[in-house]
Amino acid sequence: MNPGYLPIAASDLATRWDWLYDFLIGLSIFFTILVLGAMIWFAIAYRRRPGLRTKYITDHHGLELLWTAIPTVLLLGIFVWGYAIYSEMATAPANAIEIRVVAQQWKWNFQYEDGKIISDKFYAPMNQPVKMIMTSQDVLHAFSVPNFRIKSDIVPGMYTTVWFEAKVPGRHQVYCTAYCGANHSLMLADAYVLTDQQWADFKRGKEIGPLPDAHAPLASNRSNSGEANSGLSDPPAVDRDEVSFDQAAPVSLVAQGKQLVEAKACASCHAEDAKADNSQLSGPSFVGLYGSKISLDDGTTAVIDDNYLRESIENPAAKIRKGFRAGQMPPYQGQVSESDLSALIAYIRSLK
Amino acid sequence: MTTHASPAGTNYLNWEKGIWSWMKTLDHKRIGLMYLASVLFFFFVGGMFAMIIRWEHLSGGPTVINQATYNQMFTYHGVIMVFLVVIPAIPAALGNFILPMMLGAKDVAFPRLNLFSYYLYVAGAIFASSSLFGWFGNPPADTGWTFYTPYSIRTSPTVILVLTGAFIAGFSSILTGLNFIVTIHKLRAPGLTWGKLPLFLWALYATSVVQVLATPVLAITLLLLILEKVIKIGIFDAALGGDPVLFQHFFWFYSHPAVYIMALPAFGIISEMIPVFTRKPIFGYKAIAYSSFGIALIAFLVWGHHMFVSGQSEFANFTFSLLTMLVAVPTGVKVFSWVGTMYKGSISYEAPMLYVFGFLELFMIGGLTGVFLGTLAIDVHLTQTYFVVAHFHYVMVGSTLMALIGGMHFWFPKMFGKLYNERAAAVGFWMVLAGFNLTFFPQFILGSQGMPRRYWSYLPEFTFLNQVSSWGSFLLGLGFLWIAIYLAYALLKGERASDNPWGSLGLEWQTSTPPPLENFATTPTVKEWSYDYRPGTPLPGSKTA
Repeated sequence: MNPGYLPIAASDLATRWDWLYDFLIGLSIFFTILVLGAMIWFAIAYRRRPGLRTKYITDHHGLELLWTAIPTVLLLGIFVWGYAIYSEMATAPANAIEIRVVAQQWKWNFQYEDGKIISDKFYAPMNQPVKMIMTSQDVLHAFSVPNFRIKSDIVPGMYTTVWFEAKVPGRHQVYCTAYCGANHSLMLADAYVLTDQQWADFKRGKEIGPLPDAHAPLASNRSNSGEANSGLSDPPAVDRDEVSFDQAAPVSLVAQGKQLVEAKACASCHAEDAKADNSQLSGPSFVGLYGSKISLDDGTTAVIDDNYLRESIENPAAKIRKGFRAGQMPPYQGQVSESDLSALIAYIRSLK
Repeated sequence: MTTHASPAGTNYLNWEKGIWSWMKTLDHKRIGLMYLASVLFFFFVGGMFAMIIRWEHLSGGPTVINQATYNQMFTYHGVIMVFLVVIPAIPAALGNFILPMMLGAKDVAFPRLNLFSYYLYVAGAIFASSSLFGWFGNPPADTGWTFYTPYSIRTSPTVILVLTGAFIAGFSSILTGLNFIVTIHKLRAPGLTWGKLPLFLWALYATSVVQVLATPVLAITLLLLILEKVIKIGIFDAALGGDPVLFQHFFWFYSHPAVYIMALPAFGIISEMIPVFTRKPIFGYKAIAYSSFGIALIAFLVWGHHMFVSGQSEFANFTFSLLTMLVAVPTGVKVFSWVGTMYKGSISYEAPMLYVFGFLELFMIGGLTGVFLGTLAIDVHLTQTYFVVAHFHYVMVGSTLMALIGGMHFWFPKMFGKLYNERAAAVGFWMVLAGFNLTFFPQFILGSQGMPRRYWSYLPEFTFLNQVSSWGSFLLGLGFLWIAIYLAYALLKGERASDNPWGSLGLEWQTSTPPPLENFATTPTVKEWSYDYRPGTPLPGSKTA
């Protein structure tokens, strides 16, 4: 049984989250005692009995003003505090390691920048920001790691992201939390947070055995202090598969993307090389495209990111860049797999 | 038929007899009772699904049902409880019975439309529940009551029957709302000014406005979903070029206000009962009346707080979180006013008042945990977990069901002219209160620990609290069963009630019991506020006739 009312806080953000949660618990206990205490007190003190006289009170403006104003101020304060932590959650640091996630009924696929794909578990280093860029092949799913206090829906047809910076090595439970059909409750995964040595081994392609459950470090341990730091000596869970990478030598996402651009003849309209003569090409150049701010022909602007590229590949007519014509490029909706989309985006992004 | 009063000495129950006289009745009281019987029937059905769900959760692995059956169980539990029980429970059942009587009217403004609304509800209920049988080899629906796309587009076609049922029942809700708005405007007794209008009617008025404005959006959404499922036009499914998140916006644009269709009438009942059992005027009449409209207005602007992790923009999340915080203010005003009314009163502990205490306990916890979920960062971890399940059960069961059962006990003598046993009622109340807290409080902890909702199986660390929750739910079920038994006994063998057993100043009590066909022998004239309990107002006399 889990001894605490919260899971371990495995990141600094989770620790800050816990402060706000505990503040809300404290505030709730205070108001519950205040209101229900008054209710019970009145119910006993003014219980009906012979000779009891009531008092005719219809309102009291001062009191009503007070119990409107105080909650308003408190609630606005809570809102600001909650938004402050949320905006941290919403924006990943620029140097984050990226892992691409494709969720499907009832399986998780995690793909690294070097092209390696692992199912139903992923590996991440300690003390480094990690960003998950996620999409779904079928219905809604959601990526939830309670130890990091993060969660996001995974929506077919677009990318959503979450990020974390883990402070505690070991296994962290991952859940799908958006109902996705029959085996929803079996759509679990393991997040293995690795020490620096393990991470270096992992990057060299070495197998990392199953890791024990993560436990809270001594400093921020809130629930099971007796076992601090003993987590790594726990016996490994029995039902976890051995780690093995079935791909002999994975091809990096960028290289996969380059191959695709050739196979699909994207370069007959889009430039890959800024030095070549690109004057005859009818589409926007790939070079320096990612991250740039562009004007659209409806007068608005857009920043080129994963979701923009994805939409422009699947449905080019959705947003037309100023100076270009609609109808030049066929829509690729349903013709490019999720992993191919990831590869194409990675390649375009690499063309600085 | 409705143009003449019942013959002298008869009441609305016995002036005309036989099943046919009920089926074609235009009397708001009989229609109210027909709604009540239907709602209680579906409450039993939906409750049985809940019992099976909790039975399954006695252990983490497979217990009694497989995952497909489990998903159907929580789908029908949700659909039945939301669309067929909680939404119509207070407005259509108790509201129909009480509203014209509180106004001093003979009936609602459009009695035929009222009967038509009831049959729409029945038709919707038949459509929705017929899908349980799984036509043509298709399994019953398994989408959850929220019908999220694209899953609902790809799963069993029987969900179309459920959607059609909810669509039809929605029109019942719209027409009832319309009927009530016109009735309150046009059929108030002489002297019953807006400033004297009972708070239950203020609440029903605000509820009706929400019903009329929000329900059409649900109807259109469900229709679009049916169209997409049947003829494959891309609206919500990304594979067809649609946007899955758009469905969530449409759905919650109705379903968030729907929470207030459930809650506002409950607030109204609580506001009616407290003065009667404390012998004091309601504290802050105007604040309570206006806050109903404040809540109804803001209710339309906060739907996005169901979607903080849906992928909607950070700016949308900012706005919806801020607006959500504002809902808590008028809600808090009501709670403080109710407790304030008890100050220096003369409080009796009869069954309706017990349910007021129970309501306040559950609603405090439900409301405060709503602040957790409205707070952006906090919601990210807690949403889609058992914390949310516990929260909305505290609100929907805590407020609506407690007020519904409390209101049934309050108006039972007027409806049937019979008295129930107070001691039996107290036992039932404590069983329900204890059972409810045992069922749902552990779920707050489970959710905080991260246990996702809609999970057929769960990890071993969640076992103990799940077992507590399951045993609590069995106690809760027994409590409801006990209430059904002693009320049925009272109906058959109860002592005859006097006209006004609680000594209420409310207009609905100033007629004979059970009321005659058109409620009052002569149209009453209202002189005083119905909360005018001055010191020395006589205490209730004998309850028995």
